[in-house]
Amino acid sequence: MMRRVRSDYWAMVTGLSIAFFLLFFIYPVSRVFVNSVYDVKTGTFSLDAFRKFFSKQYYTSTIANSFKVTTAATLVTLLSGSLMAYIMSTVSIRGKRVIDLMVIVSILSPPFIGAYSWIILLGRAGIVTKALDAALHVRLPGIYGFMGILLVFTVKMTPLMYLFVSGALKKIDASLIECAEGLGCVGFRKLRKIVFPLVLPTILSSSFLVFMRIFCDFGTPMLIGEGYRTVPVLIYNSFIGEMDQDYAFAAAMSVIVIAFSVVVFVAQQVIANRSTIEMSSLRPPVPERKRGVWNLLAHLFVWLVAVLSVLPLCVVVVQSFKKTDGIVYLNQFSLASYRNAFSSVGYSILNTFTYSFAAMCFILMVGVLFSYASVRHPNKATKVLDVVTTLPYIIPGSIMGISLILGFNKRPLLLTGTAFIMIVVYIVRRMPYTIRSSSAILRQVDPSLEEAAVSLGASDAASFWKITFPVMLPGVTSGALMSWMSIITELSATVLLYTTKTQTISIAIYQEVIRGNEGVACALSTILLATTVIALSLFFKLSGKREISL
Amino acid sequence: MSVAIHIAHARKAYGGNVIIPDLSLDVEEGEFFTLLGSSGCGKTTLLRMIAGFNTIEGGDFFFNGQRINDIPRNKRNIGMVFQNYAVFPHMTTFENVAFGLEQRHVKDPEKTRRVEEMLDMVQISALRDRKPQNMSGGQQQRIALARAIVIQPDVLLMDEPLSNLDAKLRIEMRGAIRSIQKRSGITTVYVTHDQSEALAVSDRIAIMHKGVIQQVGTPLEVYCHPSNLFCATFIGESNMLEATALGGRKIGFPDGGRMEVPFLSDRVAEGRKVKVCVRPDEFVFSDTGVAAKVVARTFLGSSYEYQVALPGGFAVKVETGTHHAVLDVDEPVHLAFDPSIINVFDGESGDSLMAKE
Repeated sequence: MMRRVRSDYWAMVTGLSIAFFLLFFIYPVSRVFVNSVYDVKTGTFSLDAFRKFFSKQYYTSTIANSFKVTTAATLVTLLSGSLMAYIMSTVSIRGKRVIDLMVIVSILSPPFIGAYSWIILLGRAGIVTKALDAALHVRLPGIYGFMGILLVFTVKMTPLMYLFVSGALKKIDASLIECAEGLGCVGFRKLRKIVFPLVLPTILSSSFLVFMRIFCDFGTPMLIGEGYRTVPVLIYNSFIGEMDQDYAFAAAMSVIVIAFSVVVFVAQQVIANRSTIEMSSLRPPVPERKRGVWNLLAHLFVWLVAVLSVLPLCVVVVQSFKKTDGIVYLNQFSLASYRNAFSSVGYSILNTFTYSFAAMCFILMVGVLFSYASVRHPNKATKVLDVVTTLPYIIPGSIMGISLILGFNKRPLLLTGTAFIMIVVYIVRRMPYTIRSSSAILRQVDPSLEEAAVSLGASDAASFWKITFPVMLPGVTSGALMSWMSIITELSATVLLYTTKTQTISIAIYQEVIRGNEGVACALSTILLATTVIALSLFFKLSGKREISL
Repeated sequence: MSVAIHIAHARKAYGGNVIIPDLSLDVEEGEFFTLLGSSGCGKTTLLRMIAGFNTIEGGDFFFNGQRINDIPRNKRNIGMVFQNYAVFPHMTTFENVAFGLEQRHVKDPEKTRRVEEMLDMVQISALRDRKPQNMSGGQQQRIALARAIVIQPDVLLMDEPLSNLDAKLRIEMRGAIRSIQKRSGITTVYVTHDQSEALAVSDRIAIMHKGVIQQVGTPLEVYCHPSNLFCATFIGESNMLEATALGGRKIGFPDGGRMEVPFLSDRVAEGRKVKVCVRPDEFVFSDTGVAAKVVARTFLGSSYEYQVALPGGFAVKVETGTHHAVLDVDEPVHLAFDPSIINVFDGESGDSLMAKE
């Protein structure tokens, strides 16, 4: 009897999770596939949308564009991020803790702030552009187009790459390095023969991750791409655009992107599985004090990366306190931008908090319980769901947005334009991360803790709530804070799903930038940034660490 | 309070993989009973079947005549101590020990009184309000022990409780466990792979191999009168000498030597191949006996261990106290043993051929 009650409890959680992902993930994404080949109005099948895409160079060039800029940015990021990680792990750098903090803040900052503040700095009317023009009569080419996107992504992603690679470098036990040196393998040879092969799996997997993030990013190319169109922008335009709205075309392109993502994802999995190296370092390598030119160069490089990564944030914060007249910043400080922000889009701040809070509650409750069911009472259903929940990783946000619109824009499933759909998209996109991280935490919690509780007379439910859950809680909470930070800065999916009433801060920022209300945009960005920093310090406090792992 | 455990025809299988084919066992009330065996022999599986953490594929388990197969595991009133302590990391020592009492709705002041009494008994009162992180393994295991005993369980189950501790602490803790068990009088089933631990703490030991109990007996019985070759080699060290039964309690060695073994069963047929088990400390260097030669010598602190080659080249282990004259390598010696303390086993089945007392 007891067994039944217990399995029913977990079966319910599993069932709920499956129902949720079926309804809000599998169903809408399959609608994208259907819509790409099926015309609802006429009820006919056709490959016209695909034909349209592949027949015009205008469209196929977007794919080439996306691919070029993504590959270039990934490669540059890979080089600069790995170099920085290697320097930080071998050379003792002054102000290392400050650098690490700068890096983390930049990673967690809203993704599109970068693009926007580079426009403020280097755009046609940018601060630096004007200053250079006035002082030296040098006209910068401007940061619009390929070079601009490349710059923004490199600056934005280098810290992330640095974090991944330095994590791997820290796992190399110092004895391995010492052993290599003892055997006469030093200098560049040591790097090539020992260090590089050991971090190669990490380099590969983080390159793929960075590649996909850049490829799927909507905000940056939208703001500074101008003539240089990338796929997410094209999808957005053909879906929202007033000129050339074409649902079937957007769906067809989504299918192409999904196919591309799947290929990249599978390739990554295959390579990762083949080259996995398990390392646990008892004694990580300690950075040494260096002297001379190399020391100077190392410091210069590391500090340059760190400063560049937080520069956009500083610009935004400073600008938010400037007095503005439309898009012109006056050289006076005031809180006018904040007043405007609160009076015009103050509700979007409230929206951000209520939606993200609602989403996090659901994610935590169902995610943690499901991860428990899947780790401690695995069965066929939990295994299926484990696979299903990896899929949202590879569906770009804008495509997720389109899917939900296609799936829920008609009665009886009319949900578009509601706050509910905004919360749903947050859940679909973030719950997989929570399930992963809770499962990982749970695998670290010894099952005998629960057995001890049960043998002492606690029921299964009591042993979960009184023992396992409290033990998991710190890890789960810090994971939840991470998720929350990425939810409040989400743009690519929600920008398709919002209405004026359900607008969030990040959408408001995007809208204000487009409308040219730069002061308001900066003020909102600063609010978002401050929220992120508060959440981050909470995270540090909870996890008791000074670093994050993503 | 304390109960006798009766297990009849227990069977455990994972799919087609049979761990325990058919096991029956009786543990007396208040007894310190040890399941001893190497890893994978099914001892922990059996313990977890008693606790309810493993399903029972067949057979019946009784506490004092009451069948417990279908009693939910949280109602079996069992105290369990785990190999990795399983001390709740988010609770203080006090809260850990009080947990079981709270599940039983024991209210203050009785709760506090019982917890403090128990902390006193396992000598960790000083750690009362500390959380387990940074505590030593020994301290954590004392918490686990207190937590298991404070609920006055019918049965105390211990799953290799000392194997994560370092050698010195292990010896200290096994003394503590033994004395606490004797004071509380709770029937205890103790699982270990460490024979010296089993000999030190147990009232009785069951030696398990491949899911089958090989012998049940007091530590003295299993050491001095192993029921088969497996037990003789598993507990303590043994030299195995080939021999042939000559009838009438006599055996003959390949080199022609003969001897009468006084406690050999008189039913051993003449011509039967047998194995003679002589423990290293049962050999003595004497003036008479088999001529042999010292091959190697190892100093073990309280004793010397010699490798001694017999005439056929067969080497045996011999252990002598340090008071004995130290022998050098290559020194010719004579080896002998007292035939009344050795064991003889059937050469084929491995069963003991000694007369039952």
